[in-house]
Amino acid sequence: MGGLIDNGILTIVTFLPALGAILLLFFKSDNVKAVRAFSLAVTLLTFIFSLHLIAHFNSGSADFQFVVNVPWIPSVGIGYYMGVDGVSIFLILLATVLTPLAVLASWSITKRAKEYFLFMLLLETGMIGVFASLDLFLFYLFWEVMLVPMYFLIGIWGGERRIYAAMKFVLYTMIGGVLMLVAILSLYFMHGNATGEFTFSYPRILDALGRGTLVLEPQMELLLFAAFFLAFAIKVPLFPFHTWLPDAHVEAPTAGSVLLAGVLLKMGTYGLVRFSLPLFPKMSDFLAPAISVLAIVGIIYGALVAMVQPDLKKLVAYSSVSHLGFIVLGIFSFNAQGIEGAIYQMLNHGVSTGALFLLVGMIYERRHTRLISEFGGLASPMPAFALVFLFVTLSSIGLPGLNGFVGEFLVLLGTFGVSPAYAAFAATGVILSAVYMLWMFQRVVWGETSNPENAILSDLGFRERLTLIPLLVLIVWMGVYSNHFLRPMDASVTKLLNRIEHTERTDTRTADRVPQ
Amino acid sequence: MNIPVIDIYAILPVVVLSVFGIAIMVIEPFLASKSKVGLGWLAFAGTLAAGLSVIPMHGRQGPAYSNLWIVDDFSTFFHVLFIFIAAMTTLISIDYLRRENLHRGEYYALLLFATTGMLVMAGSNELMMIFIGLEILSIGTYVLAGFRRTDLRSNEAALKYFLLGSFASAFFLYGVALIFGATGSTNLISIAASLAGAESQWGLVHLSAALILVALCFKVAVAPFHIWAPDVYEGAPTPITGFMSVGPKAAGFAVLFRVFVTAFPMIESRWTEIMFVLAALTMILGNVIAVVQPNIKRMLAYSSIAHAGYIAVAFTANSSRGNAAALFYTLAYATMNLGAFAIVTILSRGEDAKVKLSDYAGLATKRPGLAALLSLFLLSLAGVPFTAGFAGKFLIFRSAVESNLTSLAVIGVLTTVVSFYYYLYVIVQMYMKEPSEDFSDARLTLGLTTALLVAAAGTLYLGLLPARILEWTAQAALHVL
Repeated sequence: MGGLIDNGILTIVTFLPALGAILLLFFKSDNVKAVRAFSLAVTLLTFIFSLHLIAHFNSGSADFQFVVNVPWIPSVGIGYYMGVDGVSIFLILLATVLTPLAVLASWSITKRAKEYFLFMLLLETGMIGVFASLDLFLFYLFWEVMLVPMYFLIGIWGGERRIYAAMKFVLYTMIGGVLMLVAILSLYFMHGNATGEFTFSYPRILDALGRGTLVLEPQMELLLFAAFFLAFAIKVPLFPFHTWLPDAHVEAPTAGSVLLAGVLLKMGTYGLVRFSLPLFPKMSDFLAPAISVLAIVGIIYGALVAMVQPDLKKLVAYSSVSHLGFIVLGIFSFNAQGIEGAIYQMLNHGVSTGALFLLVGMIYERRHTRLISEFGGLASPMPAFALVFLFVTLSSIGLPGLNGFVGEFLVLLGTFGVSPAYAAFAATGVILSAVYMLWMFQRVVWGETSNPENAILSDLGFRERLTLIPLLVLIVWMGVYSNHFLRPMDASVTKLLNRIEHTERTDTRTADRVPQ
Repeated sequence: MNIPVIDIYAILPVVVLSVFGIAIMVIEPFLASKSKVGLGWLAFAGTLAAGLSVIPMHGRQGPAYSNLWIVDDFSTFFHVLFIFIAAMTTLISIDYLRRENLHRGEYYALLLFATTGMLVMAGSNELMMIFIGLEILSIGTYVLAGFRRTDLRSNEAALKYFLLGSFASAFFLYGVALIFGATGSTNLISIAASLAGAESQWGLVHLSAALILVALCFKVAVAPFHIWAPDVYEGAPTPITGFMSVGPKAAGFAVLFRVFVTAFPMIESRWTEIMFVLAALTMILGNVIAVVQPNIKRMLAYSSIAHAGYIAVAFTANSSRGNAAALFYTLAYATMNLGAFAIVTILSRGEDAKVKLSDYAGLATKRPGLAALLSLFLLSLAGVPFTAGFAGKFLIFRSAVESNLTSLAVIGVLTTVVSFYYYLYVIVQMYMKEPSEDFSDARLTLGLTTALLVAAAGTLYLGLLPARILEWTAQAALHVL
């Protein structure tokens, strides 16, 4: 393949949706059909382009690939520097897979549809940009600018308390973000003063830290780590920074919830893997026990709160808090299983929870309520729905053979290597998740169709099936052929672990799977 | 006897603006009231001509007129900025005055004279000259603030501004007198040279610097000298509010930089300490109080105080990067804030009938273009990436971190989060509430459209491709050091 495509592909994938958004401005606002067809076409095209990334990704290399690096504001040391590695490639694909599905799920949006899809497309650019940026300044730009479309999506098309939820979402995320900016600036000046090169290039700064030309004082490292960590922990959200999430999820429109849970939360965990660990290995190691405890509290707390929710969306939202706790726990285990499991779990959660929000949205559209008590016995009027719902529920619980199992298993395995006690507590989260998910499923789908309104519900339509099938395929694929996804991560994760100097824990399993 | 060569190019923009101002006053009585709109366009032509007359200054460095005046990249930058502000204000005013039946030539003449005063402030190398510039500016704006003579709030604004402004002027003059007593000069460079010498009456010098600082902090509305701003901004005619929020503020900062960096480097640890506290206080007060304002003009007034706080951070940093960041910020702030005020002017309708935040409800469904533009300006004021406001804030906080003022940067970014609340609240009104009225009577005219497009293009240009402007401001900042 020509190097030309490889050089430009990340730019195309990132900015194609934004270009689509600009073109969308020229559509007539009352022509809803054309607007959504065009948006779907743009997101599908973006997805097709993103396939080029995985098709030409060199799994054996730990380096950044498809790199573009051109100066943008040279006097400040800001570059347009993008690239992907084994950590980010699947997250970009997750975004490009989920966005067209979110567009499909928004087919019934007619209120100000043009603006809606415009914000959706801008959001996609923001999400991909976050995962692809290698310049700290650029990363921060995407991190912040992505809030704006999400703010509008929640604030205009959300539920009753949408304005409160949208504002809370922005302000919470901002607080972490701006402190991270100050930390980025501090890092920039320390690097500049130590090496004479003032740059926001993440690999350059990392390089200087690795070679010892830039040394962080422990106190400074703690402050910087704290600033980065706060930004990511709020985004994840890690207990106790999670309070914005249920509000945002409940009020957001279906597609907003899908992207919020599916991709936006992953930015936090991605940030931990990409930035916190490599930049501040000593502090990460030092604080790992405290963070692991918070993660475990989140796992159990999220599960317990999910159990008592009367509202389907809130239940799924709190289950996210629980699942994301697993991911953070895996990341701070500092071994290959834990981190690969965490990254795997990021993808799983995106797929499974995305599917759950889609399903909840589908019955909400029919009944205009999300209260579990309003449903019951949906299996007889909606057999296809019941089947898919069961499938996704089992995936979310972590049934062996489906995707969730692989991630949870790896995380628990990695955590066990650090502390069996952590693993034991975290495992209760797995059990609890089975409790709240199956109980919810039972109340919604099984039993008598007591409410006459439920008896006349129509089953999944063609468009709805089309939306769900890709996710079902992924759930099975990721459950059975986990190596298709784990292998490309190996090299990058190994490099990360070498960087953290915890090489003694990268056991034989990783070595076994070095690509032939 | 030698006849000195008159270096007309060094003061050409000042001359051009004054001539146009006088011409407007002279022509005015001969015009029928219907054709007085022409005066607005004449004033606009004046600003364009003044803009062209800056060109010969390009690249020139050095004093003129026996060291009273100075031409360098710093003064040239501010000349361009002030003329830009005057041009934009004129464009916004033309339709406003017609609508309010205020079409009188003095308005434009005063606007041009006030701008002249700002040019004098930025170009002077001498405290008395700066004072003269300050007075020309102040008297012009006192009258402009009260230009809606039949409106009580406008009268109140003018009176308040005049009384408190007189105090500030007196402070400045007193400070000048004291420094003359201490050093025997009012020339900035001579003062610096004298202070660098061994013996100085430091008590006098400190007192003098403090008085000058207070006077200038008043002009730029830095807390705790900001009390006048909200009332004056609310009462003044809306285009003038826009003008005052960016013009005199930038001029005040230009003088702050010129005077303190040039004349008082010997006591810089003292004034940076004071500015540290004032900057923090200003950012906190401005942003927190803005949250509870129900009136968009008052909200923008407190926002303007907050932005003065950000520029004060760059001033406190007291480095070439900080100064460059401050210059960039004055330009960015002028661009986005004038854009916002242009829309407030359009929507305020007669006699400021519609300036409550709730009057903006549902604007996006009725006038999507206006809502989108106002959102752009507000998001830029808040500091969302890819806009001028973000680039400016980023540069300022960068300079703060560089100068080991990380705590100030942290206060800055946290108050920025607060500011998101009130800027986004306007967007909530526009996009997330149902319209209570149709906005069909809000008219877009040639002048306003031009001003809006320039402001929007500038906001995006400074946010996306700031590199060239950055070079310019860096160059300009070098000359003040």
